[in-house]
Amino acid sequence: MIEITGEPIDPAALRESLADDGAGGFCAFEGWVRNRNEGRAVRRLEYEAYAPLAIAEGERVIAEAMQRFPFLGARCVHRIGTLEIGELAVWVGVSAAHRDEAFKACRYIIDEIKIRLPIWKKEHYVDGDSGWVNCERCATHAGA
Amino acid sequence: MKNITVRYFAMFREHAGLSEEMLRLDVATARDVFEQTRSRHGSAEPESHCKVAINDELADWSSPVQDGDTILLFPPVAGG
Repeated sequence: MIEITGEPIDPAALRESLADDGAGGFCAFEGWVRNRNEGRAVRRLEYEAYAPLAIAEGERVIAEAMQRFPFLGARCVHRIGTLEIGELAVWVGVSAAHRDEAFKACRYIIDEIKIRLPIWKKEHYVDGDSGWVNCERCATHAGA
Repeated sequence: MKNITVRYFAMFREHAGLSEEMLRLDVATARDVFEQTRSRHGSAEPESHCKVAINDELADWSSPVQDGDTILLFPPVAGG
C-alpha cells in the first residue's frame, strides 16, 4: 500500500499498522531532507507528485517486491509539498517472516520508487537559487 | 491533425508557464508530441531520462497517440 501525502509522516503509526503475529522481522527505511546536495547548501526541498500515476506505479513496485521477496506487509508513504531540513520525505516499511525478506523487499521498494514514480524534487539553496534534481538539461531551450 | 491535451509537470510546467494546453498536432507517437512541444517545455533532456503517460497510463515513446488523447510529459523523476 502506498500513499502520497501533504501531511507529516507518522512512522510509529505506520510501523504499528504492519504488526503481524507471523512476522519475525521488520525493516524500515526513512528518507530525510539533507542540508547539502552535490556540494551546495540546501535550505529546503519541495516535492511534487502526479498522485494517480505515482500510486499506480507504487502499487506495481510493491507487488513486484512481494513476488521476489515474499513478505507479510508493506507500506510506503511519500510526502509532497515544502519540507525543511531533517524532515521525513519518504517512509518504507516491510514486515516478513524472516529478516532477509524484510531487508530485501524494503531495499527493492525504495530503490524502484526513486527511479520509477512521477515524483519531482526541487532544491532551494541557501544562496537563494533553486533547481530541480536530476534535471540538468531541462533548462536548456532546445531549438527555441 | 489530432486534438491533443498536453500536460506538463515540474520543470516542464515552469517552462511552459502552464500546466496543460490543448493543441492540434500532426503526431503519430508520444515521441512526436515530446518533440513538437520542446520549445514549450524547454528541454534538451534526452527522452530516455524523461517519461510519458497517455491517458494516465505510463507509455513508451513509440506508443501511438489518438485524437483526443491526453499526453503527460514527465521530466526526470527524483523521488525519495
